Amino acid sequence: MITDVNVNLSRWPFRRLPGDEPLALATKLGKMKVTQAWAGSFDGIFHKDLAGVNARLAADCRQFGAGLLLPFGSVNPKLPDWREDLRRCVEDHKMSGIRLHPNYHGYTLDNPEFHELLQLAAARKLVVQLALCMEDERTQHPLMPVPPVDIGPLANAVARERQLKLVILNSYPQLPLERLRALSSAGQVYFDLSMVEQVRGVARPGEYASPDRVLFGSNYPVFVFESALRKMQEAELTETQRAAILEGHARRLLAR
Amino acid sequence: MYSVSTLSRRELIATPLALAQGAQPKPSIWDVHCHLISGEGSTPEERMAYLIRFMDRLGIERVMLSLGYPLLADPSPEQLRELNGQVLKAIARYPDRAFGFVYLNPNHLAFSLEEFDRCVRDGPMVGVKLWVAKRCNAPELDSIVERAAAIQAPILQHTWFKLKGNLPGESTPNDLAELAMRHPKAVLIDAHTGGDWERGIRAIRPVKNIATCVAGFDPTAGVVEMAVRELGAERVMFGSDAAGRSFASQLGKVMGAGIPESSRRLVLRENLRRVLAPILRAKGVRA
Repeated sequence: MITDVNVNLSRWPFRRLPGDEPLALATKLGKMKVTQAWAGSFDGIFHKDLAGVNARLAADCRQFGAGLLLPFGSVNPKLPDWREDLRRCVEDHKMSGIRLHPNYHGYTLDNPEFHELLQLAAARKLVVQLALCMEDERTQHPLMPVPPVDIGPLANAVARERQLKLVILNSYPQLPLERLRALSSAGQVYFDLSMVEQVRGVARPGEYASPDRVLFGSNYPVFVFESALRKMQEAELTETQRAAILEGHARRLLAR
Repeated sequence: MYSVSTLSRRELIATPLALAQGAQPKPSIWDVHCHLISGEGSTPEERMAYLIRFMDRLGIERVMLSLGYPLLADPSPEQLRELNGQVLKAIARYPDRAFGFVYLNPNHLAFSLEEFDRCVRDGPMVGVKLWVAKRCNAPELDSIVERAAAIQAPILQHTWFKLKGNLPGESTPNDLAELAMRHPKAVLIDAHTGGDWERGIRAIRPVKNIATCVAGFDPTAGVVEMAVRELGAERVMFGSDAAGRSFASQLGKVMGAGIPESSRRLVLRENLRRVLAPILRAKGVRA
């Protein structure tokens, strides 16, 4: 049983990807024995009509994969009336969580509306996913460079929201370890393994998060799904740790 | 002639759940791009043993080792000798798991040619590694390439197209294409596929004596498919850039690519074996 907490539907604007049609994505994940995938939408990064994006995401997740796909709507606290987007995610679409892209949406993590968003999400018991980047900054489109999120202010914000369930996606390898450690110890913070690098991967001693805080996330279809899968093969983990990363932590996050 | 049927079938068809649960296949993959940095151990031999622990978990039979540690971008002759000495120690202890590529610096040309002779012509190493000391279209590279080509030793050249600009001595795939066109009999390997691989593949596409090594950048979907489509499967090689990169993340690029199994076998091992066959034969090495 595998829960992949980091997949996206729709089209990546800079290249066609294997799996960028919902049926193809669901079929691939099914073949890879994924039993649940937390799905955001690439449109949620780039579009301004997020109500439309989230409605399409919810519909696609209902239509494809026979329950495999769990929609995570996008909310941008810089847009007018963003609280309504959050309400619809919960009440209309029955979503279990939301996905944030602060760097693409143009705010820093000391923004007061971002803090309010965390507060409201925690009150509604949503899982909040925060993507630090989507791709290597060195290889971005020359007309659209987007630096990764600066997580500096995040530890304090997390410490204030004790009920917050936060999942950091795409923790790029250049991120300073001390900042990640501070964040990890601030609250209920989990990290996906999509951008974990170096030999031994998630089981490296001294890594920013112990295996107790790691979730299986592939960043598919931007990344090759098999890369995440092979990281589980590479890592020296106990059976208990392995099961928790593949599914257990994610299930507990949703159950709380 | 080598058989192309020896790549483990078990490795190619292992089930996703078995992999996720840590199943270990029979080692059968060759990795053209590997280093001793970022690993554990206080000696080259210990660091190599550390790598082997994880090579075994992923089915990697052999790695091409280069650079030593720490990473030095513009090493002096003394430093080059020390770094290459580390690689020599590692491959001497584990001759069945690693071959060596000698690290050379074109800014110290005379010494680099001596070091090539010591480590490759008269020693056990089988290729050349060039990094970021000098852009590889510079004329100083010519004598290094000629010497390597004379004994059919391949050259692994770091290349990147970086959005914010390369380091002063850092080559692009365009630079490598220039160099390769001056030396049509040399075998050159484009490390990292230029990072920005959609540009990198195009840059080397017309120059047939360049292969590409898909190591050392994020496991972005589509890279291996495009490389095989545009260059031909015979010009694409698996590499990891471990231990700085994960063997797993890089191997996933090839294992997850939508390419024929015959092409996957070429990429995972047989292309590198074919390129190394003459120099290995000359050294009396069976692999």
